[in-house]
Amino acid sequence: MNESQTFDEMWGREQVLRPPYERFHEWFEGEDIARLRAKQREAEEVFRLTGITFNVYGRAEAEERLIPFDIIPRIISGREWQKLSRGIEQRVQAINAFLYDIYHRQEIVKAGRIPQEMVSRNDAFLPQMIGVKPPGGVYTHIVGIDLVRTDDNEFYVLEDNARTPSGVSYMLENRETMLQMFPELFSRNRVQPVQTYPLDLRRSLAACAPADVDEKPTIAVLTPGIYNSAYFEHAFLADQMGVELVEGQDLRIVGGKVAMRTTEGYRPIDVLYRRVDDDFLDPLNFNPESALGIPGIMDVYRAGRITIANAPGTGIADDKAIYSYMPDIVEFYTGEKAILENVPTWRCSEPEALAYVLDNLHDLVVKEVHGSGGYGMLIGPTSTRKEIAAFRDKLKARPGNYIAQPTLSLSTVPIFTQKGLAPRHVDLRPFVLVSPAGIKITPGGLTRVALKKGSLVVNSSQGGGTKDTWVLED
Amino acid sequence: MLGKTANGLFWMYRYIERAENISRLVETGQRIALTRLDSPDDEWVSVMKTAGVAKAYKRHHETVTKEAAIDWMLRAKENPSSVLSAISSARQNARVVRTALTHDVWEAMNGCYMALKDALSRRVNERDLPAVIDLIKERTALVRGTTQGTLLRNDIFNFARIGTFLERADNIARILDVKYYVLLPSVYSVGSSIDNVQWETILRAVSARGGYRMVHGSQASPRDIAQFLVLDRKMPRSLEFSVTKIRDNLEYLALDYGDRHRSHELAEALKQRFTAHDIDAIFDYGLHEFLQDVLGSLNELGQQIEKDYRFYE
Repeated sequence: MNESQTFDEMWGREQVLRPPYERFHEWFEGEDIARLRAKQREAEEVFRLTGITFNVYGRAEAEERLIPFDIIPRIISGREWQKLSRGIEQRVQAINAFLYDIYHRQEIVKAGRIPQEMVSRNDAFLPQMIGVKPPGGVYTHIVGIDLVRTDDNEFYVLEDNARTPSGVSYMLENRETMLQMFPELFSRNRVQPVQTYPLDLRRSLAACAPADVDEKPTIAVLTPGIYNSAYFEHAFLADQMGVELVEGQDLRIVGGKVAMRTTEGYRPIDVLYRRVDDDFLDPLNFNPESALGIPGIMDVYRAGRITIANAPGTGIADDKAIYSYMPDIVEFYTGEKAILENVPTWRCSEPEALAYVLDNLHDLVVKEVHGSGGYGMLIGPTSTRKEIAAFRDKLKARPGNYIAQPTLSLSTVPIFTQKGLAPRHVDLRPFVLVSPAGIKITPGGLTRVALKKGSLVVNSSQGGGTKDTWVLED
Repeated sequence: MLGKTANGLFWMYRYIERAENISRLVETGQRIALTRLDSPDDEWVSVMKTAGVAKAYKRHHETVTKEAAIDWMLRAKENPSSVLSAISSARQNARVVRTALTHDVWEAMNGCYMALKDALSRRVNERDLPAVIDLIKERTALVRGTTQGTLLRNDIFNFARIGTFLERADNIARILDVKYYVLLPSVYSVGSSIDNVQWETILRAVSARGGYRMVHGSQASPRDIAQFLVLDRKMPRSLEFSVTKIRDNLEYLALDYGDRHRSHELAEALKQRFTAHDIDAIFDYGLHEFLQDVLGSLNELGQQIEKDYRFYE
């Protein structure tokens, strides 16, 4: 790929320093590269000691790995952020309205804006949620919207994470580390704070408690356990919110409430921030093999006696096949055109689209509809003929399982390398909290960066790293 | 607090205490081996017995050598009580109870694990042994220091302390029981060199040499040693001291929760054994029998605490 075709967030397309980076650049010019190298190592040490790791699956002994952290911040101006956050808020509102509709009257289907089978034959659609109104009317208490940038004023939503978006602990620890290592940078730049997230999360969850709960609801975080890849984050959030971190085996139904086993007996829980998938939530109602869940929790939920965040069945909203309908969804429920654009998407289930995709595989990115983590996808431009041929067969065998998108020229942000600054591709996941009290978006979010030169894959499971993300106070 | 959390704290601190005790036994063993000229390898059997790891060692080894014994106690993965296994388990438990720990304690624990995993990743040379033992002491001391310095004095601290002292009491009772015959009055043949070595072993194994000298002077006698390690109230590694701490921390829990359980009765009864008798009475009853009783009671108490505070269900 020709680098000049790429928009760099520090240098633009014409190697002219962009305003948000002015003060950073001034600082960087005065820095000694050797000192920064030492700082980079220091940062890694901090992360290792704090235990900010993720577990790698598929090995006999679960191995803990660090997600590489890059010390160069990604900087967004306040003005840029305002526009983004308006778009995010609109989208999140639409997602919640969509979920309510899908599990009730299905007006959007009746209006012909979404084909019936996209809902009824979708694995992520949970019949058990039909007619259930979650406490406070909120489905997606925590949302992560993955954004990519292609130009000064061009952002696209790459995907919505409406189930259990992860990564917020990295956002917080990245900031914490930067504050410790480069306090002088924060004196020079007015960076909007992110540290209130855990408190905001707690307030937001509390505001979603069942109606009959008094003003201090009991909140807990549900984790699959210490072998889960995101266990660190589960413990981190519970710790920061000052609530219990529970597993399925700590819980049972007592007196019609979900209760946790404490040293003084069972105590009821009002709001459960669960970090386990729908399938593993309740062996009585979903996967009977699950040892992680709480038998009968869905019955308590349907009786309105516990809040589950996010609500079961929200996966239908972040399904990659539904994604292509998001512009319609936003318009249908908000009456406005979507502020944030979707990446143009071909649904391979449609014969015309499939024909086009098959003809243009070398230019496209093809993804599994239900996949995540960067697995099972084809990036045409960087794949060999053999890889493309093999993928072509898979695609033909199950076209409905795939969508395709053009290869976007993702923006770059400099990272710190042995030789100094070098541009690498990034994406951005802002975190959004939803409650009856309103929608709250933490300024910035998690920037994931592909550390390999030219690579477009930013997923941590595929060698991506993270950066601190700054939104400046203009 | 979750029952699971109480369980995790209890075991995290048991394992920390165990790692430290094992390293002290290795240090003692090495010291004896270096200062004795006759069959030094025999002493390692006895050292492993006091550590409670001799039987498992024999299942994995044909002969006893110093190298193999040290390796078994410091880093064998098949030995759940090796220093490395104990520290890994402590850290695993710390991850489970991460939300109950302060940042300082967690970092000390994680740092301890990282440093020891590295230091014990290969066989320890005789030359490096003192440095490795020091590292173990230093790193576990950091965990204890941050615990003392930063944890709230609530149920979190109480379960941590109960775990610590249950392990310690168990450890001392076992060391004394393996060596009890050298403390018996019948072998009271003042200071044959072998006895002196054995007595010193016992004192070294529980870091009590300095303390003993302060209280009883430089003349070691089996009666005084037994008195010091079983009944002394000021010696932080005596049985009496450990048992009192267990009782006290259970009492704090009762106060905090406003609820008493059977474990409180068991702890009180155990504590009474140490106030009701002096060392002569214990010798009359039989030191071995007394220690066996204590080991049994500690075990029963541990299980009762598990039940009373819903560690598992």
